[in-house]
Amino acid sequence: MSTLSQNINSDVHEEHEHHEENWVTKYLFTTDHKMIGKQFLITGLVWALIGGALSLIFRLQLGFPDMNLDWLRPILGEWITDSGKIDPNFYLALVTMHGTIMVFFVLTAGLSGTFSNFLIPLQIGARDMASGFMNALSYWLFFISSVIMLSSLFIETGPAAGGWVVYPPLSALPQAVPGSQLGMTLWLIAMVFFIASTLIGGINYIATIINMRTKGLSFNKLPLTIWAFFLTAIIGLLSFPVLFAAALLLVFDRSFGTSFYLSEIYIGGEALPNVGGSAVLYQHLFWFLGHPEVYIVLLPALGITSEIIATNARKPIFGYKAMIGSMLGITVLSFVVWAHHMFVSGMNPFLGSIFMFLTLIIAVPSAIKVFNYLTTLWKGNLQFTTAMLFSIGLVSFFISGGLTGIFLGNAALDIQLHDTYFVVAHFHLVMGSASFFGMMAGIYHWFPKMYGRMMDEKLGYLHFWLTFVGVYLVFFPMHYIGIAGFPRRYYSFTNFDAFSSFTDLNTFISIAAILTMSAQFIFVFNFFYSMYRGRKAPLNPWKSTTLEWTTPRVPGHGNWPGKVPVVYRWPYDYSKPGAEDDFIPQTVPYSETKSSNLPHENELIELEEEINREDEKVTEPQN
Amino acid sequence: MSNTSTVTKPKMSVWDGGNSPLKASYGKLMMWFFILSDALTFFALLIAYGLIRYKHPAFEGSTSEFVFSQEYWPLPEVVFNAFPGFEGVHLPLLFVVLMTFILALSSVTMVLAVEAGNRMDKDGVVKWLGWTILGGVAFLACMAWEWSHFIHGTPEGGMLLDGSIFHGATLSVNQYGPPAYAAVFFFVTGFHGLHVFSGIVLNIYVFYNAVIGTFDRRGHYEMVEKSGLYWHFVDLVWVFVFTFFYLI
Repeated sequence: MSTLSQNINSDVHEEHEHHEENWVTKYLFTTDHKMIGKQFLITGLVWALIGGALSLIFRLQLGFPDMNLDWLRPILGEWITDSGKIDPNFYLALVTMHGTIMVFFVLTAGLSGTFSNFLIPLQIGARDMASGFMNALSYWLFFISSVIMLSSLFIETGPAAGGWVVYPPLSALPQAVPGSQLGMTLWLIAMVFFIASTLIGGINYIATIINMRTKGLSFNKLPLTIWAFFLTAIIGLLSFPVLFAAALLLVFDRSFGTSFYLSEIYIGGEALPNVGGSAVLYQHLFWFLGHPEVYIVLLPALGITSEIIATNARKPIFGYKAMIGSMLGITVLSFVVWAHHMFVSGMNPFLGSIFMFLTLIIAVPSAIKVFNYLTTLWKGNLQFTTAMLFSIGLVSFFISGGLTGIFLGNAALDIQLHDTYFVVAHFHLVMGSASFFGMMAGIYHWFPKMYGRMMDEKLGYLHFWLTFVGVYLVFFPMHYIGIAGFPRRYYSFTNFDAFSSFTDLNTFISIAAILTMSAQFIFVFNFFYSMYRGRKAPLNPWKSTTLEWTTPRVPGHGNWPGKVPVVYRWPYDYSKPGAEDDFIPQTVPYSETKSSNLPHENELIELEEEINREDEKVTEPQN
Repeated sequence: MSNTSTVTKPKMSVWDGGNSPLKASYGKLMMWFFILSDALTFFALLIAYGLIRYKHPAFEGSTSEFVFSQEYWPLPEVVFNAFPGFEGVHLPLLFVVLMTFILALSSVTMVLAVEAGNRMDKDGVVKWLGWTILGGVAFLACMAWEWSHFIHGTPEGGMLLDGSIFHGATLSVNQYGPPAYAAVFFFVTGFHGLHVFSGIVLNIYVFYNAVIGTFDRRGHYEMVEKSGLYWHFVDLVWVFVFTFFYLI
């Protein structure tokens, strides 16, 4: 269906709500936002399992350096050396691919792609995304990117091995490491498709949120999830093109003989002809994306958590406007802190102190968010659903991982801690695990809307506790190892006497990692079992106020069978004094809740009539 | 342009949903945000250009004393002083000014095409869009000549660091100055040329639809506006590229 053939602003979906769909148009080349969201979700989950499996392989090497890994040869083939060890070059490829997959394919596409697509139209009262065609295109570009990235795992010289940041000259020179040959080329091609997918998706989300909100839903009545997706899309829109430029320049350095990033390099005493480039230039361009990327990953998780914590604490979110303000603050600040990743790159130390100052300011909006979560939970009527547990888990990781961020933001401390396991511990908690928990919370919370069935709570609890404890057991000890000076990305520590006293701790981390990863299969089972055999979901299982729970159990094409509901109030009217129930959906007008209205809300009743007149319809009965 | 019939009343805001608050359809919004994003790509490339150029020493002295050397960044008015049909005549930047003028003119005809579209004047759209496409093609043709001249170089050539004489330019070596000079020139003007090319393709698509009457049937010529936005953006980017590569 071409977007060009439809009238502007017309609801094209109403006309063909009931047409017959075959398997290809329903599940494959669909333009329905809910199915595209699920496509992103399933692809993201597959990637998460691959990325997790890669991390287990290198954890085996780190925790059990003497182990014979011959049993992995059927899968890894030549990458297991004759002595039963992982090839050191493959180890580098493993950490690179683990990072790339987790940051981009799981926590960007899998998280933001899934929930932006699924929730934006449902929560703003739109029949679909602004452009269904562009939306489908976004997924299929992501799919092409996935295929290319996955295929790079199977080539003879191995996938990219220069770290997920692919710094030149390591990534630019094929002589540097086997992964910088074909694997790096495939990495760059895959990322170009990935960036195109993110941009197309992003402009669609933004245009949809601006233009397609239902009558009455102003920006200060938007659920915080939508605010988070909106700001995430804007960050992506402004930062990904810079990575695109950086990647294109790298492609030219690698394949067409330019020297944008290369200068004065000697290999085996032989000088390369490249002069005039700058490796630090790449770092600047990369981190101009790389740091906002952290918030592209985190903001959707924070938005999802805000929604789930308010719903399950049966309380209005504490400081709704402060939450929006802090997200706006994070959005702006995310663009001016990138060089705190480069304190040891040889950058001007004075510049470093400016970036340190700007970096530490981010602690302010982050702390506002944390305090607002805690005060929302405070004396709430807490409902410990699985989604709620994962949301509280996110808050926990956000605090414990965020505190170490204040350490690392200091240039003087970072010189000691840079590229050690302290950094690994920091970002795995604050960005990796927190976002992953946000994603899990979102899946458990909106599964009933996605598939019309409930996920099993008991298995959910088991999954949560094993994962929550497991994540701390894996990443907390890494702080000590990092302070002791372990550099990240090193293949072997047993060669250094100074580190041999930490062998036990490394073994412990590896065992914890294996257990945590195994626990994810509980989720995989729960997910697919519940999809077909789960208890049928009620229309509003969590007694939530937002619009998606006014749709049928399994919403069809166009989401609402009748007219799209009108919105009269903000999304956090939980436990309002004087109200009949402990929640008032956004679609209930103030004129129907006179007993619970505050004085200024009574004044809004007149406005509601105007809204209704404009919408030319009667208020719909509540589900 | 939007066909929603919202009447703004006291206390009601245009941001209250159910309408297009920025008075733009989603398609136009998407084009605006795409342009914003694409602008950041060029921003990154121009920053990269600036940093690389800053790493190289500038030529100190007057234009008349200037000779090509690998030691310093060349002066653009000496590199780009040729004009087709006037071999050997020193005409600094004249040709690139002509190119810029052609592109600016195509932006003017684009404005006229959009204006004709607003009046639902099919013939006007076809006429002015046709001129716009022609202007774009002419710009690319000029760029091809300029590149070809840059690649083949001057008969005298320039001396490389090892003392040999080299004519023209490739991505890794050139007669005019340090290797990075030609590399950034090819990359940034090439990337802009690619944008011009995709703009022409988009315009041809719109032109074709205008000719067969798609927009008349649809009841509006918004597609012309959207491709117009992109075309003006490409033109605006050229102003920056022109400034940074030829004037400074």
